[in-house]
Amino acid sequence: MTQLPTQTAKRLGLVVDLDTCVGCQACVTACKGWNDQGSGLSDQDPYGADPSGTFLNRVHSYQVQPVEGTAQIINFPRSCLHCEDAPCVTVCPTGASYKRHQDGIVLVNEDACIGCGLCAWACPYGAREMDVAQGVMKKCTLCVDRIYNENLPEEDREPACVRTCPTGARHFGDFADPGSNVSRLTADRGGYDLMPDLKTRPTNKYLPPRKKDRRHEASLLAPLLDIKATGFAGWLDKMLSKI
Amino acid sequence: MHPAPSVIIFSVLSGMGFGLLALMGAGLAHATGWPAFLWWGLGYGLAIAGLLAAAFHLGNPRNGLKAFSQWRTSWLSREAWAAVATLLLLAPVALSDLLDLGLPRQFGWPGAVLALFTVFTTAMIYAQIRAVPRWHHPTTPLVFVGFAVTGGAVLAGQDWAGWCMAFMVPVLLLYWRIGDGQFDRAAQTLGTATGLDRVGQVGVFEQAHTASNYLLREMIFVVGRKHAQRLRIIALLLAALLPILILTVAPHRPIVFGIAAMVHMCGAFVQRWLFFAEAEHVVGLYYGQR
Amino acid sequence: MNAPILNTSPVISDEVRKTTCYMCACRCGINVHLREGRVSYIEGNRDHPVNKGVLCAKGASGIMQIHAPSRLRAPLRRVGPRGSGAFEEISWDEALDLAVSWMKPLRETAPEKLAFFTGRDQSQSFTGWWAQAFGTPNYAAHGGFCSVNMAAAGIYTIGGAFWEFGAPDWERTKLFVMFGVAEDHDSNPIKIGLGKLKARGARVIGVNPVRTGYNAIADDWYGITPGTDGLLILSLIHCLLVAGKVDLTYLAQFTNAPLLVNAAEGPEKGLILKNAESQPFVIDRRTGQPAPWDGKGVEPDLGAVYQGHRTVFQHMAERYLSPDHAPEAVAARCGIPAARIHALAAELADVAFNQSIEIQQEWTDFRGNHHASMPGRPVSFHAMRGISAHSNGFQTARALHLLQIILGTVEVPGGFRLKPPYPKPVDAHPTPHFTAAPGKPLSGPHLGYVRGPEQLALKEDGTPARIDKAFTWENPFSAHGLMHMLIPNAHAGDPYRIDTLFLYMANMAWNSSMNTSRVLQMLTDKDEDGEYVIPRIIYSDAYASEMVAYADLILPDTTYMERHDCISLLDRPISEPDAAGDSIRWPVTEPDRDVRAFQTVLLDLGHRLGLAPMVAADGSPRYKDYADYIQNHIRRPGVGPLIGFRGAAGDEQGRGDANPDQIAAYIRNGGFYQAHVPPEAAFYKPWNAAYQDWAVKTSFYESPQPYLFSIWSEPMRKFQLAAEGHGPIQPPTHLRARLKQAMDPLPIWYPPYGDLEAKGWGYPVHALTQRPMDMYHSWGSQNAWLRQIRGKNYLYLPTRLWQENAFKAGDYARVISPNGGITVPVAHMAALNENTVWTWNAIGKRKAAWALAEGAAEATEGFLLNHLISELLPEKSDGLRYSNSDPVTGQAAWFDLRVRIENVGPKPQSEPSFPPIPRVVPKGTAR
Ligand SMILES: Nc1nc2c(c(=O)[nH]1)N[C@H]1C(S)=C(S)[C@@H](COP(=O)(O)OP(=O)(O)OC[C@H]3O[C@@H](n4cnc5c(=O)[nH]c(N)nc54)[C@H](O)[C@@H]3O)O[C@H]1N2
Ligand SMILES: Nc1nc2c(c(=O)[nH]1)N[C@H]1C(S)=C(S)[C@@H](COP(=O)(O)OP(=O)(O)OC[C@H]3O[C@@H](n4cnc5c(=O)[nH]c(N)nc54)[C@H](O)[C@@H]3O)O[C@H]1N2
Ligand code: SF4
Ligand code: SF4
Ligand code: SF4
Ligand code: SF4
Ligand code: SF4
Ligand SMILES: [Mo]
Repeated sequence: MTQLPTQTAKRLGLVVDLDTCVGCQACVTACKGWNDQGSGLSDQDPYGADPSGTFLNRVHSYQVQPVEGTAQIINFPRSCLHCEDAPCVTVCPTGASYKRHQDGIVLVNEDACIGCGLCAWACPYGAREMDVAQGVMKKCTLCVDRIYNENLPEEDREPACVRTCPTGARHFGDFADPGSNVSRLTADRGGYDLMPDLKTRPTNKYLPPRKKDRRHEASLLAPLLDIKATGFAGWLDKMLSKI
Repeated sequence: MHPAPSVIIFSVLSGMGFGLLALMGAGLAHATGWPAFLWWGLGYGLAIAGLLAAAFHLGNPRNGLKAFSQWRTSWLSREAWAAVATLLLLAPVALSDLLDLGLPRQFGWPGAVLALFTVFTTAMIYAQIRAVPRWHHPTTPLVFVGFAVTGGAVLAGQDWAGWCMAFMVPVLLLYWRIGDGQFDRAAQTLGTATGLDRVGQVGVFEQAHTASNYLLREMIFVVGRKHAQRLRIIALLLAALLPILILTVAPHRPIVFGIAAMVHMCGAFVQRWLFFAEAEHVVGLYYGQR
Repeated sequence: MNAPILNTSPVISDEVRKTTCYMCACRCGINVHLREGRVSYIEGNRDHPVNKGVLCAKGASGIMQIHAPSRLRAPLRRVGPRGSGAFEEISWDEALDLAVSWMKPLRETAPEKLAFFTGRDQSQSFTGWWAQAFGTPNYAAHGGFCSVNMAAAGIYTIGGAFWEFGAPDWERTKLFVMFGVAEDHDSNPIKIGLGKLKARGARVIGVNPVRTGYNAIADDWYGITPGTDGLLILSLIHCLLVAGKVDLTYLAQFTNAPLLVNAAEGPEKGLILKNAESQPFVIDRRTGQPAPWDGKGVEPDLGAVYQGHRTVFQHMAERYLSPDHAPEAVAARCGIPAARIHALAAELADVAFNQSIEIQQEWTDFRGNHHASMPGRPVSFHAMRGISAHSNGFQTARALHLLQIILGTVEVPGGFRLKPPYPKPVDAHPTPHFTAAPGKPLSGPHLGYVRGPEQLALKEDGTPARIDKAFTWENPFSAHGLMHMLIPNAHAGDPYRIDTLFLYMANMAWNSSMNTSRVLQMLTDKDEDGEYVIPRIIYSDAYASEMVAYADLILPDTTYMERHDCISLLDRPISEPDAAGDSIRWPVTEPDRDVRAFQTVLLDLGHRLGLAPMVAADGSPRYKDYADYIQNHIRRPGVGPLIGFRGAAGDEQGRGDANPDQIAAYIRNGGFYQAHVPPEAAFYKPWNAAYQDWAVKTSFYESPQPYLFSIWSEPMRKFQLAAEGHGPIQPPTHLRARLKQAMDPLPIWYPPYGDLEAKGWGYPVHALTQRPMDMYHSWGSQNAWLRQIRGKNYLYLPTRLWQENAFKAGDYARVISPNGGITVPVAHMAALNENTVWTWNAIGKRKAAWALAEGAAEATEGFLLNHLISELLPEKSDGLRYSNSDPVTGQAAWFDLRVRIENVGPKPQSEPSFPPIPRVVPKGTAR
């Protein structure tokens, strides 16, 4: 099953809005919390000198220097992009790694995983992490156990990271449907792929930060009158005559 | 990439093992009785030891057998098949040599081809990975197969083993030369990795986590790269030049081949360590590292 | 081949319990999922007014907090020397008897010798009530070292403040400007709001030396030099006045701009002119004659001159029109080009006056004038500690409110809106009560808003009545007390010695104190006869914090999932502009340790001490536990801690008898209650008759309290008059000059006190801290998930300093302030004011605290700036040392810090590094 479906009925994925993400890390721990309770994402040496654990979503922070203008800080969440040509799937020897034909979600079947790590090597985006305690590969599931979950109220059938994002910088939807929120956002705001040259054809899209620090051609305020000449009394007169 | 001992041992031993088996299968090295037992034993021993070492690299070996299932797309799965097939196909040949049953040599040829194919599949596991530009190149299988044949030849005490080593010198130099340019040729930067090259010059402000993680340990191994140049020279010396010298000055006796083989193997280990340690995964870009 | 069958509808939990998060003071609603009685998952409560379903990084990690190995397990009594951490576990009865044996004699002889201070206490109306019953004047919470400048300046100016007491009209605002905000208490609401603006593509501007977080997504960033916001804001006001871009109608109707300022020399000079009925009055433009300030149909004349007395408007305009406030005059000091200041002023004016909006909603003002609609100016502001944590913070916050006022953007659509119980003018607030008498309760609440010198907390002999010297000439408006001066003053015995220090959830032995190393000495110092200078310390914490090691008696608290709590409108509620709101916590799990909820323990102590309100007629405890208090305590007739489900039938709102089923009703309702503001009362609240009536009905005040915004602050002028020598109560001579300046009735800017010295002695660099969004002060580091995200901190240096000192990645810097030096790891940051360095707050930890390994990065590389910050300013020429605080409110001036920096190359760990504190709980292993 590591043969990729030629095309999938739906193309579910995320849009991450880099103009809105404040880097609060909420999606990171929400993801950890949701996925920890079920299959479990272990942590090693949690209270020790060198803690380290499995996370399926990490938020980086970069500084960017435009050609002209002041430097910027841009926060950058990174999780599985559910690629159409997912190299992580084809390299898998056991078939544990697969892409669902229903919706394009890329998953790991932990029962079949031998923990060889090859899929993580194949992923250019660092979206896969081997769980040290369980010896199997972990990755973003697009919360497949939420989005169809009959035990959740309709409104909660979305990924945990999307549900928790305080600024609404994460959007979930079907890219196969041109009318979906994610398709429209991508179209309107110029959503883009990460490292397109690597031919992975990511499903997830990133919205670029809007242009910042506009040059101030804005017409400046014209003085009411020449105060030096008229003095305060003159100003007051002119001012109050406005009522 | 993290040079995991298990993987290094695996690829070097199984490489030499399958190389030797290939020669034996092809009948280039032929013996009967005890010497045959030694050679075949060595071939099988190295190949199997290598495969076992590989198993150590697995987080969850229990599912090992499943690794045969995905031969359609996965080079690792193909390797599993090729390895097992080789070992099975050559078994009768080996048996005939041991007991001197005189099975026609042709019976060994498919196994021989398969043995080298096994090494090729191993190489392709790495070569296929776009995310590691240095590996993603035809010279990778060339190096692996080259080492297999050379290792096999010297183990099999072939007079032409020296020529193989001589051949490996330009191959390695070429591999390194090309390899060094691969990452830049892939043209991936923190800018393309984040897409923020549209905004300006991108640098890391803060790491995502201050704590370490699997990616950093497994794919962002930067330790010891500064010794690369020195290690390359050592690899050349041990894997080729020194053994060549030994084989040209010393009389071609088994013991001499034995020593040459040991020296060559050390060279192979150094080369293989570099193969991983020097390989840069594009995910390093996100961490401002290569 | 086909994919494995996977269950896409797993059962999530056996049960969901809705309560309130406590990973910070934002108090979001959470759905706590339980499996086999154990908490298995936490998510946001979608119905909750604060977070509407979202959670921050901390909230979603709560599960790691409630299971943290750092949780205290039983009451502890110190057996070794203080600070050595040698403790023995004792029973609760022993613990409470011991506490009573210390406290009872104090109550009977000198109640003030018990100082009860609480940290970011969410039950201040309860702890304050307890302290009042005990009779000590020495009570306050964290506000004094937190952001009292912001709170007080707001109350004294517009009768409401930033913090979480107000909010921009996120739905309608078109331009949002933030001054000095990193995270704020209103964490999720601000993020949700920013998200709304971004979704609409509305403009966001950040004024902040550092461009991270909210400021990173701002469309425009003003990298201001710390401490100069007042200059910038007054310059914006200058530009708007020069261009005549001010909302005259708003000023005339809703502010004291048309009131007359007494021009007659003497004790009345500068006070608001009053008529025979001692009422302020205006001049009516229709008649040119005096008219009542609140008269129906009156058209107040902003330009009036009456018998030589001029209007507040004229005083204001004249001051800020002066060229000293021109952008060109302030640009260099602010570190912002004059052109950008002009541009910002133009942008403000454009949105306020050319893009104004209107809601078709009739309303009637307190004068009886009918208004056909609610016009709005869609410019909104928010500000927090970047403004307030400076020694000129009060006046700077006043300046910002003035800017809002002249633009007419407070309490209007698209502007800044107050959350009930605010608006609430100074006069509707209590004044401080401070007279201690043996065996007697205090006559009223400790904290309040002084109107004039006669309300200062001074004894007959003029010495401070409070240990923290709140409400004295050094800081007259210290509405939240001065927690940062508590330990230094108690140690110095100035103004007097105390016996027992009773602290609740404040990590004073570490990140919450200025001058931490020195404070550690103060806590352990002994006098000549071998007694501790601070004889006794009782402390309630829930975790193995640094402070625990310095207490004599430790009362281990429950975690937030194991107790009742009450987020009350008597205190700091969870209101929204459109609804008053309060909420509860309740035990969703049982403690597995010998711990008790602190509030319940206080009630028990109160009963054992015989404090009247806590003892029933028959001598039994008046309240069984905190839950009992929450439901049955009556503060004023019909008014209790919670406004929802009151009355026997549980159907009354705001006012009503106690309801024995109230907590159950809250739980059924998701843990909170909301009283919705009627649409006709939604805006113009301070002047809106419908709102005033609703507020009285809902119990915020006893009678309508309409008022005018105070551009000119009469209380401040009264202190200025005293400083000028008028009036019976006189300040000490050495404070006169400073009071004259600081208590100016119109907003002014003066250089932060830290700066004055700093310049001369070569501390050119400003040093700041910021809140990390994923950590809460000291308590995030015990969290297995959060500490992986932020387990160490760096000092961030701007490009200029990075290059000048030839820093490389991996280097450490020696950072020196007038108070000492630290050696810390550095990193480069380009988007930073070129004279500023900063780090994340409270990441550094004491070795072995919080059940962490001694080698934990938090304790080796991590560091605090606190060691560099002194609670006292360097000695003045007159030999005196003033507290490092705002002269008006006593707010701790954390951000006045000035330093010098040297590159010391790579180092193994940060300095100072203290020896480990012996453990009160074992080191954590598996999670
Ligand atoms: N996640 C999280 N949330 C918290 C807390 C926490 O520890 N963690 N703490 C809570 C508490 S107790 C409080 S008091 C609030 C504080 O809420 P904030 O006031 O938002 O917190 P600070 O980090 O102190 O913010 C200070 C900001 O002002 C900037 N600044 C410093 N000096 C100046 C100046 O002179 N001018 C300007 N314009 N900006 C300046 C700093 O760069 C920083 O961005 O946060 C509360 N919320
Ligand atoms: N350098 C620098 N220092 C600062 C600041 C700054 O900006 N810069 N900010 C200052 C400000 S604004 C503030 S408010 C202070 C905050 O300082 P603190 O109010 O001291 O905040 P915490 O560090 O969280 O300490 C609170 C203590 O309460 C304990 N605690 C947590 N939960 C519970 C509970 O449920 N029950 C009990 N009983 N205890 C509990 C924690 O374990 C911790 O020991 O820090 C101040 N310090
Ligand atoms: S939760 Fe939203 S804002 Fe916060 S880091 Fe994640 S994406 Fe960014
Ligand atoms: S992001 Fe990585 S893991 Fe996810 S589908 Fe693409 S290649 Fe596979
Ligand atoms: S680690 Fe598991 S999922 Fe990944 S390639 Fe190996 S077997 Fe497949
Ligand atoms: S979709 Fe689910 S699994 Fe993927 S990052 Fe978001 S929370 Fe984690
Ligand atoms: S902001 Fe975060 S930590 Fe604070 S109460 Fe809300 S969820 Fe909890
Ligand atoms: Mo605070």
